Amino acid sequence: MATDILMPALSPTMTEGTIARWLKKEGDAISSGDVLAEIETDKATMEVEAVEEGILGRILVPEGAQNIAVNTPIAILVSEGEEVPEKSAAAPQAAPAHQTDDAPVASPVSASAAPRALSTPEPEKDWGPTAEITVREALNQAMAAELRRDPDVFLLGEEVAQYQGAYKVSQGLLAEFGEKRVIDMPITEHGFTGMAVGAALTGLKPIVEFMTMNFSMQAIDHIINSAAKTLYMSGGQMGCPIVFRGPNGAAARVGAQHSQCYGSWYAHVPGLKVVAPWSSADAKGLLRASIRDPNPVVFLENEILYGRKFECPTDEDFILPIGKAKVEREGAHVTIVTFSIMVGVALQAAEELAQQGIEAEVINLRTLRPLDTATVVESVKKTSRLVTVEEGWPFAGIGAEVAMQVIEHAFDWLDAPPVRIAGEDVPMPFAANLEKLALPQASHIVDAVRGIV
Amino acid sequence: MQAGKDDIQKTGGNGPSLTREQFTQAFHDMLLIRRFEEKAGQLYGMGLIGGFCHLYIGQEAVVVGIQMALKDGDKLITSYRDHGQMLAAGMTPRGVMAELTGRATGYSRGKGGSMHMFSREKNFYGGHGIVGAQVALGIGLAFANKYRGTDEVSIAYFGDGAANQGQVYESFNLAALHKLPCIFVIENNLYGMGTSVERASASHEMWRNGEPWGIPGRRVDGMDIATVNEAAVEAVAHCRAGKGPYLLEMMTYRYRGHSMSDPAKYRKREEVDEIRKTRDPIEHVRQILLDAGTTQEDLKAIENDIKAVVNDSAEFAQTSPEPDAAELYTDVLLEA
Repeated sequence: MATDILMPALSPTMTEGTIARWLKKEGDAISSGDVLAEIETDKATMEVEAVEEGILGRILVPEGAQNIAVNTPIAILVSEGEEVPEKSAAAPQAAPAHQTDDAPVASPVSASAAPRALSTPEPEKDWGPTAEITVREALNQAMAAELRRDPDVFLLGEEVAQYQGAYKVSQGLLAEFGEKRVIDMPITEHGFTGMAVGAALTGLKPIVEFMTMNFSMQAIDHIINSAAKTLYMSGGQMGCPIVFRGPNGAAARVGAQHSQCYGSWYAHVPGLKVVAPWSSADAKGLLRASIRDPNPVVFLENEILYGRKFECPTDEDFILPIGKAKVEREGAHVTIVTFSIMVGVALQAAEELAQQGIEAEVINLRTLRPLDTATVVESVKKTSRLVTVEEGWPFAGIGAEVAMQVIEHAFDWLDAPPVRIAGEDVPMPFAANLEKLALPQASHIVDAVRGIV
Repeated sequence: MQAGKDDIQKTGGNGPSLTREQFTQAFHDMLLIRRFEEKAGQLYGMGLIGGFCHLYIGQEAVVVGIQMALKDGDKLITSYRDHGQMLAAGMTPRGVMAELTGRATGYSRGKGGSMHMFSREKNFYGGHGIVGAQVALGIGLAFANKYRGTDEVSIAYFGDGAANQGQVYESFNLAALHKLPCIFVIENNLYGMGTSVERASASHEMWRNGEPWGIPGRRVDGMDIATVNEAAVEAVAHCRAGKGPYLLEMMTYRYRGHSMSDPAKYRKREEVDEIRKTRDPIEHVRQILLDAGTTQEDLKAIENDIKAVVNDSAEFAQTSPEPDAAELYTDVLLEA
């Protein structure tokens, strides 16, 4: 049967082309793979190979012809002995569905962009008696509990086993769980992160410790391209239950390459959850939830907080939900939204403000993605003022997102422009005085609040 | 350096060749990939497949010969040149072609495309678009095999281009250090996109790239199915026995450009024609079968069956619906 040879699309962007040269003439026998013609596309001159066998019956478009639309019949292929039709059998084919199908669909962009209705924040469960422990102990207890609970959970990273952790977060785990499940890695973040993600794709539940999150940049391709996107790219077949954890943000006097906040970086990415605890209870409850979560979770700790003590529930089953902020201090005059080590700074500022008669409500976000917008918005509707505080850089930071969420959901309740307090927009300096100047202080928060209340 | 011609290293014994039944099966499986890819190229030309599309034509003996050495549970991972691996692994031509055209019936429900397909059922872990990423992920699949105490192995396919990526060598170190059952398969088709191996790599003996870590390697004629299979059997046995990773450098050749939009001006048409004429993996097996008494009619019947299957897959891929608009928002996160 005679078949049309169509003008091919030879690049992702080609819509038309020029037939530079026919390499076969009418009557030639054609076999699969033969070069029929050369076509000039928008990018290059390309060879067109035959797909089917047969005889080149008729050339419909002569060489030199320009601006031939993709899918135009350019020749007719016939079988041996078959009569050659004068014209193309088919009218030019309808262009492909994915290029022309502009039938109206539900408008997903607006659906996504429109402010979604916010549910009312639920009160936090009361877990009963508490005891004072450090954040370090809380993280250690969380990992130990989950390692006991699920044999598919394992910990890997640099110095996590024999050295007992660079910051002693994994102290004692090797002794209890053995080298099969607490695994020292060479200094090779890109490789071992890829390995851990591969293992997670099979259903295992790795905890990857980065000595600091700064080193996760070596592995950020696997965190984003391999871990966060595979569920979507696989049409829901392949989840990636993995935790990437380690100290984030500035420590003290460790310079530019070891002092930066990745909150905004990772919170930007769909397919990731991003958790940033402050207290021991946050650390323990949220790390347990992160390890149990079927999705990739980036868990941002803070080195300075490791040694701080906080009350933490002693209940063996204690766990906190990802995605729920906590109102650490109630107040009627201004809402301060913050996370990680800056929660403590904000609470200190709130104490000073209280002495001046200003009651600040301090919200500890605890999770950066998904953001608990409902809790923030409910607070702003009460106080009508917003101050965001973060240690990271201001541009496109978490504060920018929080402010935008408030504008979308509670614009009419605002009595003053939101104020953003962030680390200075410079690499972290080493000198003690400069480092202090680069980081938000309680006095900055007090001044900002007094400026809008 | 020529595809599979010179300097074939025989570090292992010559195992028994394939049986006629095996050659027949290999002929079928390789021809299915060839015809499927030709059809994909055709659909691309018609504008039905958009974006990137990297064809496997010419390299068929590599995946088919390796697949014949594997068992259920062995895990596979590769780059974006993945259609051949998927068909060899037993994924359906319909599901793969429908994904190529971005339809709801594709393996990723239209959300992955040519470069990103997966099958939990067939232990195929993708289709990865970042050159070399699949190697680190691949040792993770092997890590999981070992962690679970199985004797399953993982195959991490990558090209000569990816072989220069840093994470490949991090992966060699980790796999050797932890004795992971991973077979690294370098599909050396002589060009990383438009740059020849000679211009990209200071070492032209990639089968030796694992030597610093004690990873045994072999250079194999990747255009000869029996040789590929024999090398794969040896590598699989090594890994199953708990001896750690193995590296196979498969000397092969792609007949088409790097992707659909590559005019392949960095090599001469004569080079392609010469290999096609003298080294074609499918024609080679066709001759073996004819010499062994298989008739032209028998082979024609196989070809007709494949043509029907491929045409059916193309019809399916063109008539399946596009994904529902609501699919835009699904599969971002799993319910906790």
